[in-house]
Amino acid sequence: MILQQFLLLAAALFSVGLYGALSQQSIVMIMMGLELMANAVIVAASAYWYFASPSRPDGQVVVVVALVLMAVDMAIGFAVTTAIFRRRDVDMTDSAADLKG
Amino acid sequence: MWAHIAFWVCAVGSVVTGVAVFRVDSMARATFALLASFVFAAGTVLLLNLAYLGVLVILMMIMEMVVMVVFMIMYMMNPAGLMPMTMVHNQKGSLAIAGAVFAALAAGIFLIPWPTSGEPRPEDTTRALGEALMGSKMLVMMVLGLCLFATMVATVVLAAHRGRYDRYGDRLDAKRPHDPVRGGLNR
Repeated sequence: MILQQFLLLAAALFSVGLYGALSQQSIVMIMMGLELMANAVIVAASAYWYFASPSRPDGQVVVVVALVLMAVDMAIGFAVTTAIFRRRDVDMTDSAADLKG
Repeated sequence: MWAHIAFWVCAVGSVVTGVAVFRVDSMARATFALLASFVFAAGTVLLLNLAYLGVLVILMMIMEMVVMVVFMIMYMMNPAGLMPMTMVHNQKGSLAIAGAVFAALAAGIFLIPWPTSGEPRPEDTTRALGEALMGSKMLVMMVLGLCLFATMVATVVLAAHRGRYDRYGDRLDAKRPHDPVRGGLNR
């Protein structure tokens, strides 16, 4: 196993997540895309730690930060979805374009 | 040898199920495809000798996706996938952007001379992480704790149906709370 394989996997996951986050209309599906992108960060950070600086724990700490990011992202995302759905019956991004410039 | 095979199985499985998330008709299936993608990706993390973080990702993602399925069924049309559906906008543009990002990242991955390390790997990676979080990286742990606390407060505020501003007015100076039904707190 070499570092490039892991980074390529991370790049593929990141691109798939980016496609989902850009193309999906439903807020919950957009959050799935964001989670895939955060997952790519986890794979890339662990591989970089393993191959580039295994004696320092910094890479593992980055993975912990990415994990917390995923949890926070999902909790806040669902809270915002609940709030906007309760107020305006909206669950699609196209119906919530108030801030569009 | 076996590590190589396991890596490629996990890598291909992770990307294929990741793509399936945005291809299947049913929201519930999409959620479980995402769960499979996370478990495969955690498999590659386990191959890197990171037992604790790999297991943590698997356990956390199982919980998270089961919660997500509930929200999916709450907010989505067509939760069971009984009819084909598309819920996308600007698909060609998104595909082009995602493809360009992947091409740029892949070019970087193969062109950059990545550093290699001859340093010895720690015997117990979990102990190394724990000692870092409770020692030199304590600030990270504290900031993460604060973020999680702020998240808890923010989610409750956002998801609550009626708060004190609804009951006592914008200046919180109403003598009696304005409630739609009789009874309740302070009445």
